[in-house]
Amino acid sequence: MSAPAEEKSSFVINGKSWSGAVHPLKRLLDTIREDVGLTGTKEGCGEGECGACTVFLDGQVVMSCMVPTCQAEGKQITTIEGLAENGRLHPMQESFAQEGGAQCGICTPGMIMAAVAYARDPGSAEDMREALAGNLCRCTGYIRIFEAVKKAMAK
Amino acid sequence: MDLLDLMKSSIRAPGRLVNLLTIDELKGIDVDTSGATIGALATLAEIADHPDLARMFPALALAAGHAATPQVRNVATIGGNILQRPRCWYFRMAQYPCLKKGGDTCFAMDGENKYHAIFENSLCAMVHPSNTAVALLALDAVVRTAGSGEIPIRKFFVTPDQDILRESALAEGELVTQLFIPATGARSHYLEFRERQSFDWALVSAAAAAELEGQTLNNARVVLGSVAPIPWRIDLGEIAATDEALDRAADEAVRGATPLAKNKYKVQLARTAIRRSLRELARATE
Repeated sequence: MSAPAEEKSSFVINGKSWSGAVHPLKRLLDTIREDVGLTGTKEGCGEGECGACTVFLDGQVVMSCMVPTCQAEGKQITTIEGLAENGRLHPMQESFAQEGGAQCGICTPGMIMAAVAYARDPGSAEDMREALAGNLCRCTGYIRIFEAVKKAMAK
Repeated sequence: MDLLDLMKSSIRAPGRLVNLLTIDELKGIDVDTSGATIGALATLAEIADHPDLARMFPALALAAGHAATPQVRNVATIGGNILQRPRCWYFRMAQYPCLKKGGDTCFAMDGENKYHAIFENSLCAMVHPSNTAVALLALDAVVRTAGSGEIPIRKFFVTPDQDILRESALAEGELVTQLFIPATGARSHYLEFRERQSFDWALVSAAAAAELEGQTLNNARVVLGSVAPIPWRIDLGEIAATDEALDRAADEAVRGATPLAKNKYKVQLARTAIRRSLRELARATE
């Protein structure tokens, strides 16, 4: 590939406008962590398999390791840092903490983003599993995660 | 997405990339009485959730919905989906100079070939990875391009014998702009077998379509996925919608299979996929 050339990039992240000089192919994951400075979004596999880097792009869950920054131009991004309101954790975050839905924590931000997306349009237990199928967790065995999602939605 | 995968695996290193996502004309799904016009940039999530597609072309909506995960379906496009490169692990590893990468060996022939082709596998044993291609072929779709204009989907996918370095008939620089599916009133269905319940490539998939008249399936066809380097179409013509006739057709369809050392199981899966997908069309009559 030719020498990296940075270009101006702008988007809205967690409700705040951001712009900076970024190579158009830089992974959105890296732009969020390194340039915006929000490190809640984690890298797991880096190749679209594990879901740890899940964020909302215009309201839809995507894996930020598979989105070139140029494809986020002008869009709305929400990361795990954007879920809390007025200093209070999002009910899904609270529920994960209370129910033991997190152990090592690497998958947790992405898992919670996927769970929050599911909670907007919930369905059967099978639908919940499918909604979280793109998020791998190597610690919990998923049972506590499913419990956490159910409890959060019962509130 | 597939291109990024290939770049991350050091299989491709393009000097220049064009971001197509800024072209609104390539987006959207439009369904009317003549059929469905699907922009090349329509996402798998949009296709899976489109009520008119689910009603008129269930095979396509089901195929799109079975692919990958919500995160992938939200960004994966139908154009990109049908143009995915092989998932063969020898192709995906830079250190194997396989035929598809301009080398002179198919490492799958005598290697780990559990997931490889059971038809058309004498040169290269890749399987075509696209779910939606299987459905589109069963639905007699047309690929519209900026270039040659229209390519019937039956001529879109090419075998390793025809061109070892490519899987489609697209010319260099030719761009898929739309897919058109004609409304014929045919019933259709899609199913797949895989090792995991979700987020897995199909071991074998099948899309079946036919027009129904009484207890007869007319113009019946089944397209199998993950069994050959192209979506593998089997035309059955007119066939009675009875278990006996469908079973016989399924047996006949897999008779020419040439499985490799580790994928004989796919022959049985293919037979079952043909039977079940056709039975589903027949069941819909009742």
